[in-house]
Amino acid sequence: MPDTAVKMSKGAKRGGQRPPKKLARTGSALYVWQRICQNPLALAGVIAICVMIILSILSPFFLKYDYSTIDMTSACATPSAEHLFGCDELGRDILARILYGARYTLSVGFLSVAISATLGIALGAAAGYFGGIVDQIVMRFLDIMAAFPQLLLAIAISAVLGTGFDKCIYALGISGIPHFARMMRANILTIRGQEFVEAATSINCSKLRIILRHVIPNAIAPLIVEVSMSIAGAGLAASSLSFIGLGVQPPAPEWGAMLASARNYIRLYPHMIMFPGLFIMISVLSFNLIGDAIRDALDPKLKD
Amino acid sequence: MAALLEVKNLKKYFPTNKGVVHAVDDVSFRLDAGKTMGVVGESGCGKSTLGRTIIHLQNSTDGQILFAGEDVTHVKGKELKKLRENMQIIFQDPYSSLNPRMSVHDTIVEPLILSGKFKGPALEKEADRLMDMVGIESRLRGAYPHEMDGGRRQRVGIGRALALNPKFIVCDEPVSALDVSIQAQVLNLLMDLQDEFNLTYMFVTHDLSVVRHISDSICVMYLGQLVETCDTKELFECQLHPYSKALLSAIPSTDIHHPTKRIVIKGEIISPIDPKPGCRFAARCPHACERCHQPQQLEEVTPGHYVACCRVRELNEAFSRT
Repeated sequence: MPDTAVKMSKGAKRGGQRPPKKLARTGSALYVWQRICQNPLALAGVIAICVMIILSILSPFFLKYDYSTIDMTSACATPSAEHLFGCDELGRDILARILYGARYTLSVGFLSVAISATLGIALGAAAGYFGGIVDQIVMRFLDIMAAFPQLLLAIAISAVLGTGFDKCIYALGISGIPHFARMMRANILTIRGQEFVEAATSINCSKLRIILRHVIPNAIAPLIVEVSMSIAGAGLAASSLSFIGLGVQPPAPEWGAMLASARNYIRLYPHMIMFPGLFIMISVLSFNLIGDAIRDALDPKLKD
Repeated sequence: MAALLEVKNLKKYFPTNKGVVHAVDDVSFRLDAGKTMGVVGESGCGKSTLGRTIIHLQNSTDGQILFAGEDVTHVKGKELKKLRENMQIIFQDPYSSLNPRMSVHDTIVEPLILSGKFKGPALEKEADRLMDMVGIESRLRGAYPHEMDGGRRQRVGIGRALALNPKFIVCDEPVSALDVSIQAQVLNLLMDLQDEFNLTYMFVTHDLSVVRHISDSICVMYLGQLVETCDTKELFECQLHPYSKALLSAIPSTDIHHPTKRIVIKGEIISPIDPKPGCRFAARCPHACERCHQPQQLEEVTPGHYVACCRVRELNEAFSRT
């Protein structure tokens, strides 16, 4: 009888809780997704970004106004039933411009950070792991790049490449490399000296496998957060480029460019700067929340 | 019987800004299959570097390493890969020797996957066998290093080292980071595995009681040089080198009626950067004389007992008379 009593009390204890859901293999993409779904804030971020992307794609089909139609009669109109977010100084519907502009701002952010993070992480990892002459060559070259303020470098690169949406992505992507490389190298240096890297050598791991499987996974956590923050930063930098005429060209409605032109009217018509600003804030916040959740999901120490 | 491992005049120098550090200087010894050789000495005397150089984690500066009769000093590529399957290492710190992002299972199967000998179900079976062999419960296969205690982590490290069925294992202070009760468990595990698979150990440590328990023979090192080597029993009964005497006198005695006479050495270790020829211990040795500044040879004083000290005979006669 005592046996059943023990079993019952165990059963009763379990009954109160939901049985833990079976998760996929730690580290797999599916596992990361499952962990994001468990985190309400990150899930909100994912939903916000997805909604923005979908609305942006579908906006030409359901909006009354086009993003580039000028209507001087409603210049600087405040929000109303007709124009939900009001109109800008040329009478263009701000809602239409924001929704259409999401495709520029979000893709500039994504793609330019994808370029700078991939190249930066690869270069930084190589410099940190191999050390010596490789380190010297890579890091001195990146030091030269880092000596210029990022925006100035981006301006210089886009001056060479020319104007346009794609050129703007390259310019921002290249100018972001030194930052990621530097961070990655510093992290790699702390990991490289640890014994598990030596152990990997002793069991015949190739250098590439050591870097990819043992060193980078242990050094990448701070960079994931940095990537999510940089996506937002890159969007802003893109608007700075547009502002001086090197980035996305008018009348294409880039959020940063909208902010830039609306700031002249900030006292009289604050709604013109408020809505693009609000959307920039929401997207930045969403990326940061997602970045945090991915970092947590990749760290086995934060499993529960 | 041919020696499994023979090291001849092995040198490992590290160039630094201040000069060349002589981490391992002219070390020679031979080790038979199935035996355990303890390497003792104070911190920084080159014990670990010696072990790492032998298993090719670091390149040797000079000298020869013979493994199973073959010269393996400069092997590369495929041959090095094969050599590493026969020579493994167990690390001191089980906290930094395991990848924190790999589970027990992943850590243990990695050498198996890399060897290319196991695939699919055979791989899983082999992993289970290894975990069982080193005494890790199968429920821990998905556990991460931070979820386990030091002893279990060290067992994972041992499992990883044994995965490829090596003949020779360098144990680089494998128990010094562990709690005393766990130390005994891990030492017994190592000794059981040695009996089962006829493993040969090079056991690096500064814990003399551990080395006495596990080793068949002992090398005493001082500043990169081998000063004395002989059977464990003989070393503990009659050390001949002045440094070995001082080192062994530091073991606390549990017998209150016969306390050990502690030989206190004065002075500090000389710098291992570009040392002068001659006995490195001479600066601190109470018996140092002119001849000690000449290079010293490892000399067979009694059968199987090698000492590198030019005054070993006269000093020990004097001791035996008093």
